[in-house]
Amino acid sequence: MEFAELIKTPRADNAVLHGPRCPAVRGTLCLTGHHLIFSSRRRERGEELWLLHANIDCVEKRFAGSLGTIVIKCKDLRIIQLDIPGMEECLNIASSIEALSTLDSVTLMYPFFYRPMFEVVEDGWRSYLPEQEFELLSSVTDEWRLSCVNKEFSVCPSYPPVVTVPKSIDDEALRKVALFRYGGRFPVLSYYHKKNGMVMMRSSQPLTGTNGRRCKEDEKLINATLRPGKRGYIIDTRSLNVAQQARAKGGGFEQEVYYPQWRRIHKCIERFNILQESLIKLVEACNDQSHNMDRWLSKLEASNWLTHIKEILTAACLAAQCIDREGASVLVHGTEGTDSTLQVTSLAQIILDPRCRTIRGFEALVVREWLQAGHPFQLRCAQSAYSNTKQKWEAPVFLLFLDCVWQILRQFPCSFEFNEQFLIMLFEHAYASQFGTFLGNNENERSKLKLQQKTMSLWSWVNRSEELGKFKNPLFEANSLVIWPSVAPQSLQLWEGVFLRWNRPSKFLDEAQEEMLNIINYNRELQAKVNALRRQLAELETDDRMQENL
Amino acid sequence: MHIWQHSFQMPNSDRYLRGDDCFSEVIEMLLRASCSAEILHHHIAAVEKLPLTTSGCPLVIQCKNFRIVHFVVPRERDCHDVYNSLLQLSRTAKYEELYAFSYNPKQNESEQVKGWQLIDLAEEYKRMGVPNDYWQLSDANRDYKICETYPRDLYVPRTASKPIIVGSSKFRSKGRFPVLSYYHKDKKAAICRCSQPLSGFSARCLEDEHMLQAISKANPSNRYMYVMDTRPKLNAMANRAAGKGYENEDNYSNIRFQFVGIENIHVMRSSLQKLLEVSGTKGLSVNDFLSGLESSGWLRHIKAVLDAAVFLVKAIAVESASVLVHCSDGWDRTSQVCSLGALLLDSYYRTIKGFMVLIEKDWISFGHKFSDRCCQLDGDPKEISPVFTQFLESVWNLMEQFPQAFEYNEAFLLQIHEHVHSCQFGNFLGNCQKEREELKLKEKTYSLWPFLLDEQKKYQNPLYSPDFSPELTLLEPNTVSFNFKFWRNMYHQFDRSMHPRQSVYDLIMNMSEQNKQLEKDIKELEAKIKQKNGQPDAVLMKEHQQSAHPAPMALKTPPCFKKEQPLIPVNDAVRTIEGSNTADNRYSEFMEEFSKAEPAVVSLEYGVARMTC
Repeated sequence: MEFAELIKTPRADNAVLHGPRCPAVRGTLCLTGHHLIFSSRRRERGEELWLLHANIDCVEKRFAGSLGTIVIKCKDLRIIQLDIPGMEECLNIASSIEALSTLDSVTLMYPFFYRPMFEVVEDGWRSYLPEQEFELLSSVTDEWRLSCVNKEFSVCPSYPPVVTVPKSIDDEALRKVALFRYGGRFPVLSYYHKKNGMVMMRSSQPLTGTNGRRCKEDEKLINATLRPGKRGYIIDTRSLNVAQQARAKGGGFEQEVYYPQWRRIHKCIERFNILQESLIKLVEACNDQSHNMDRWLSKLEASNWLTHIKEILTAACLAAQCIDREGASVLVHGTEGTDSTLQVTSLAQIILDPRCRTIRGFEALVVREWLQAGHPFQLRCAQSAYSNTKQKWEAPVFLLFLDCVWQILRQFPCSFEFNEQFLIMLFEHAYASQFGTFLGNNENERSKLKLQQKTMSLWSWVNRSEELGKFKNPLFEANSLVIWPSVAPQSLQLWEGVFLRWNRPSKFLDEAQEEMLNIINYNRELQAKVNALRRQLAELETDDRMQENL
Repeated sequence: MHIWQHSFQMPNSDRYLRGDDCFSEVIEMLLRASCSAEILHHHIAAVEKLPLTTSGCPLVIQCKNFRIVHFVVPRERDCHDVYNSLLQLSRTAKYEELYAFSYNPKQNESEQVKGWQLIDLAEEYKRMGVPNDYWQLSDANRDYKICETYPRDLYVPRTASKPIIVGSSKFRSKGRFPVLSYYHKDKKAAICRCSQPLSGFSARCLEDEHMLQAISKANPSNRYMYVMDTRPKLNAMANRAAGKGYENEDNYSNIRFQFVGIENIHVMRSSLQKLLEVSGTKGLSVNDFLSGLESSGWLRHIKAVLDAAVFLVKAIAVESASVLVHCSDGWDRTSQVCSLGALLLDSYYRTIKGFMVLIEKDWISFGHKFSDRCCQLDGDPKEISPVFTQFLESVWNLMEQFPQAFEYNEAFLLQIHEHVHSCQFGNFLGNCQKEREELKLKEKTYSLWPFLLDEQKKYQNPLYSPDFSPELTLLEPNTVSFNFKFWRNMYHQFDRSMHPRQSVYDLIMNMSEQNKQLEKDIKELEAKIKQKNGQPDAVLMKEHQQSAHPAPMALKTPPCFKKEQPLIPVNDAVRTIEGSNTADNRYSEFMEEFSKAEPAVVSLEYGVARMTC
């Protein structure tokens, strides 16, 4: 196998591992094609460490005499240090890890080699199909249809083969609209609010350019979603300024004259490298425990992370508000319609739709609004906070979304079927995984890679009852309400479960969590027992009465 | 919502906003009408008139429990009158006019006496293990002759004779000589407290040196002792010019001297002021909030206080060394550090009763000037300072780090904070024990503690486990900056829209309460069943029945079956989502246009004024 060429030294004895929050362990380090494995001799104490090469964000080497030290910074933000005796061995291992963690070809990634050790009960690749989603929709309205205009990915390369569009718009019109929208991303249905029949659509920016091009089909398409006499809102996730500048590059925004029934609202959600910088600064601040209070707070502020959270949440709340409170339909877009647009549409659904707060509903949301909607996971999640190679297209867009969900979860801790661990798991798998789910940038690439045939779906693993238990929120009680989160700065918090996960001792917090679970479980047990006893007593009493009657 | 409306029977309302003039009656009516926003006069920290608007004259009342209430009074003259009467009412000149002296909780005299006896400090010192071979009760201050601001009963080393005590007290600011605050039985080490020495640039006092020596000799485990000056070094040095200062290591044998740098009451006061300005800003951005939080310095001060306590605890737990703590007068920072140190060392202070004892000992009896610091009477505004609030916030921070180590919960801290300012109970009135005795508080007022104990269910931490881990006897908090958070539930206690809409904590609390009830039910049911089964024919019948037709049984509803489902409802209010209102949150600049139907201002029936909470 070609990996063998990359592994210069497959094994190093007498290495010392310094992990976060645990004492140093001596043991043997092994490199395989996809894993870095460290096993200590004292088996009873330390478990083996299996680290996916794909999880490695950056490798640093240091030398002191003949003792080499490799610092490995992971995409899940963990930092581990390996002391390796022998300068040459150390260098070899470091360069091997570097090579293995930066493989060019997707098909060399672990998911293509991973063989599941569990029985597949349900094929996750087939768990969330657009057709099923449409079936649900058609049970409440007949104003929409599934279009296969993109069957060959020729109309819009980043859209899935089937999309939901207004019934009155034919495929020919869709083709024309696609030419008028950036990347061919014509407006499609994102969410249907059963309560009042209002909808949320998403697209990319219209290509109006400087001379104000228009497209009748586009106008017709989005007007088709309005009820007679009703107005709608277009939420542009860019500031007015940015949107105006986009015209110079052929992009733009919907002009009032051509869209008189729509009111445009600009919200400013940052993109790309600004977000990446923000993540890097935040993680840097969190990893330095020596900061005094002022420095910590100013670093936290300078990272702007919580500002981004607030902006995204605010825009999502606004969209939800338009739909639920104003009874208006909404179209959301930014520039490409693959990043901030998806943050807004998916979060709005979490606020509005109780189904999205269940485990399967949330998975369906991730599939629908992120994977099928063409969020370029492979580009965005190629590197995380430690990487030195800063590429323009890397950005923690999905992590920000998960963070926002966590903020809502914290404010409504009984309204979600899943827990924080579930969100952290999704964060980890988006960046490095044995499953194929997050590979590729859109459905087109995924079908070319034949992921369905060659890799395992994350959902096949997660949805097994053995795994689900870990991700279930014991306090969950389904409620059908719209949940409005607070976006006041005093209500937003740093997501410690991700950003301070490796930096703070969590023993006491974990134990408290466990105690909480015990109380809940004990409560259930007692309830069941009381019910059983009451039934038994009732039976006895009936017996008595019957006997009396006899 | 006014927190103690839930806790106690509504006290007679004389002390609520009501004056002789009709305007405050209007106000009172308004307050009553609008979601029971009762405000005690004593809670009013500041009243402010804002510039006239089209709808009327806005009036803002800031309360000491961090509640802010806005009024709009239509006529400016009325507003002015209301403003003046509020100012007058909130300024009390004499202790006897405070609420505690008229508050009548319908207790008889013996209950009142018993209430005051609930916390017995002599008993507490016995619990610590003093008097013993090294420490004894001194009667030197029996008549408050040596130190007016200390309690009568003081514990000192056996070897400290009366002349030493007298001499030492003359060398200490306000006569506050070194005395025992906490004794650690296992380590035989002591936390002692005092005020700064009157050392100036070179003065020394042999008795004081003997006193410190006596303290270090009273500890057989370590002959060295620490002297912690909790002030920043610069402040302490500046004090030398005024004939005060700090201990010179050369003059005292076996001491290790250490500054820990907690700022003075004035810095703390303005820090809180800044914090409240920031948190009270409408439409605050995240960065303005964080930079405001930073520049207020508030969390830095909290960290400094906890860091000092951690230093103290290390000296005792690791080195078995005794520690003498002082600041300037030894009643602010010293109280903070001594009490937090004891709380970290001794799990007793993490129980509900123990926390009361701790406050009685290190704060009330040792003369923390509650009256001045909380501005109970109209006095010098420069004496006001949130020193005790900082202590409570430090405890809250510890509760966040050790969720299972405390018997009490956040609500307990908030309730105590409420009553430190409410002047409803006698405990916190006055500045020292001598003053309290002169006011005859034990006869004329009631003690807070029995009331809190009566409703302790509300203050119990459902996750508390007193002995789940032996290492928890000693708490070793992590004081890395990121562990300190803004205490939203204190500073925004009344801004419901900012809080999580569902509380895991309340839910668990209810469940654990319910579990106790269920356990009882099970016992009762089992007893009943046993009794029934005791009748042999019933057993027979039962078996017969079960095999014959079990199904119809379940369908019938015999009398005792009624409660089957749902059992005891887990307080529904906890689960429902309150305040889920888009108008609470400013999602958009288009808000005004959007939220016509839900004005953020509550209109009242009289049409005279509008109010927002």
